[in-house]
Amino acid sequence: MPITNLTFAGIGGQGSILAGTILGNAAVTFGGKYATQTQAYSSELRGGYAATWIIFSDAPIVYPRVIAPDILVAQAQDSIQRFARTLRKKGTLFMDSDIVTELPDMDAAKYGVPATSIARNRFSAPVVANIIMLGALTKIAPVAERNCVEQAIAAAVPKGKTALNMEAFAAGFEEVRAL
Amino acid sequence: MPKPRVLTGNHFQIGNWACTEGALAAGCDFAAGYPITPASEVANFLAARLPEVGGVFIQSEDEISACCSAIGASWAGRRAMTVTSGPGISLMQESIGFAAATETPLVIVDVQRFGPSTGVPSVGLTADMVQVARGSHGDYQIIALAPNTPQAMFDIMIRAFDLAETYRTPVFVMADGFAGHMRERVSIPEAAALKVRGRKIAAPAATVLERTDFLDENVAPMPVFGLGLRAHVTSSCHDAHGMRNLSDPEVMHSYVTVPIKKILSHRDDIVRVEETRTDDAELIIISYGTVARCGIAALELARAENLPVGQLRLETCWPLPDREIEAAARKAAHLLVLENNMGQMLPYIRACVNGAAVVHFMGPEHLGQIQEPDAIVRVIREILS
Repeated sequence: MPITNLTFAGIGGQGSILAGTILGNAAVTFGGKYATQTQAYSSELRGGYAATWIIFSDAPIVYPRVIAPDILVAQAQDSIQRFARTLRKKGTLFMDSDIVTELPDMDAAKYGVPATSIARNRFSAPVVANIIMLGALTKIAPVAERNCVEQAIAAAVPKGKTALNMEAFAAGFEEVRAL
Repeated sequence: MPKPRVLTGNHFQIGNWACTEGALAAGCDFAAGYPITPASEVANFLAARLPEVGGVFIQSEDEISACCSAIGASWAGRRAMTVTSGPGISLMQESIGFAAATETPLVIVDVQRFGPSTGVPSVGLTADMVQVARGSHGDYQIIALAPNTPQAMFDIMIRAFDLAETYRTPVFVMADGFAGHMRERVSIPEAAALKVRGRKIAAPAATVLERTDFLDENVAPMPVFGLGLRAHVTSSCHDAHGMRNLSDPEVMHSYVTVPIKKILSHRDDIVRVEETRTDDAELIIISYGTVARCGIAALELARAENLPVGQLRLETCWPLPDREIEAAARKAAHLLVLENNMGQMLPYIRACVNGAAVVHFMGPEHLGQIQEPDAIVRVIREILS
């Protein structure tokens, strides 16, 4: 696997940074690879921006920051405003198509999944929208193998919520569409 | 089931977690601290982990008492530490001087943040580099080590306790908000593979005046309280028995010089640097901490353009690796110092170079953000053209 740079962004409370940590843990702990994760968020508990940057590699990572990501996962319109211009040319964009409604001109492959409505209507659990996004990402542009991501999800979610999150992950995997 | 002290295996964790687990793996059994961003996680993790392995954590009312508690615990025979950020170090300075004067083994973790003053809590700035060495009044010598990755935060805690216990001295771990909050692979070895030297302990038989408890360049055995010894410990000028003496010039001289010489005469055991491709280099980057990773990234880009670039990373910042810096200056015509500040170590590095090479400095484009490798390479091209 060449080095892959990823930005996972949303609004505080959506679990974007947790989703990034799950991916990094999938690669490192369950996949035996290397990953470097940094993050930033505003000081509001909910509603401010939140973003995490992760580098995935087979070898130890030298420079720890992501400058131009290969992949952007956007859980909010705000994430597009902030980070769409950083995505490298011919990069890959994933978005929650319930929430992201306006896209600038971008030379990128675009994929969407209605994560918020699936989370709310099918699972009665809005909190799993980030896990649905992980499913979509893992189907199209895996940064870690599916079983590694599933193990990392199980390690991250509360006991008793594993099955719900596995179903949410599978839903993202099935429902992602090219835009 | 009791939790193990050493969590052997691979983990995807933040530097502050690695710091905590490094402390535990080094045998730390006492810590005190007061929460402060970006160091709070270390205190949180220590508060959870130390009681699991029979240790003690105290959340004190402020940083002053945190440092004092750790000093007291050390004198009671514990492997003790405290953790804070720059504003906390400012408050601790008086007791840091006490620890230096009384030759107390102590590890102080400084997860440095953007300052001066309250500054920006969550943004890293390696701006306490001089205050840990010279911040307390009087003349004294400490040891300071700078990690560049979460893994290094684990490894350096092992070394910090080893040096603190071996040389009876405060040892600073100069992390920053970047390394503290960055999440990476942290590989923890088997417990048997970890070696931390313990302190020399004074034999219980003799009296204070029959023993030499202080002021030995080869480290006096420490009279640990609770082991049947009477000892006299004062931060005022004292003789080799620990007895206060404010009248004899020779005693005053030794009180300052011997603890300093104790560290400087063992500098070969204490000073550690990491050299990368310096042998044929015409320009050597000198750096420490997270920024040293930018240096390596730039070095790789520069070498791809056949630019002869090397790097000297200072893992030990105090005592300053003077000979290693001087040797780099003799190898390369140019030295490029990278720091995430306005040049705190720069004058000290320049003094070691003593004109043997041209010394350049580059901070980040925006302080608190680390240097971008492309920007470093542009500077290197300019210097070497």
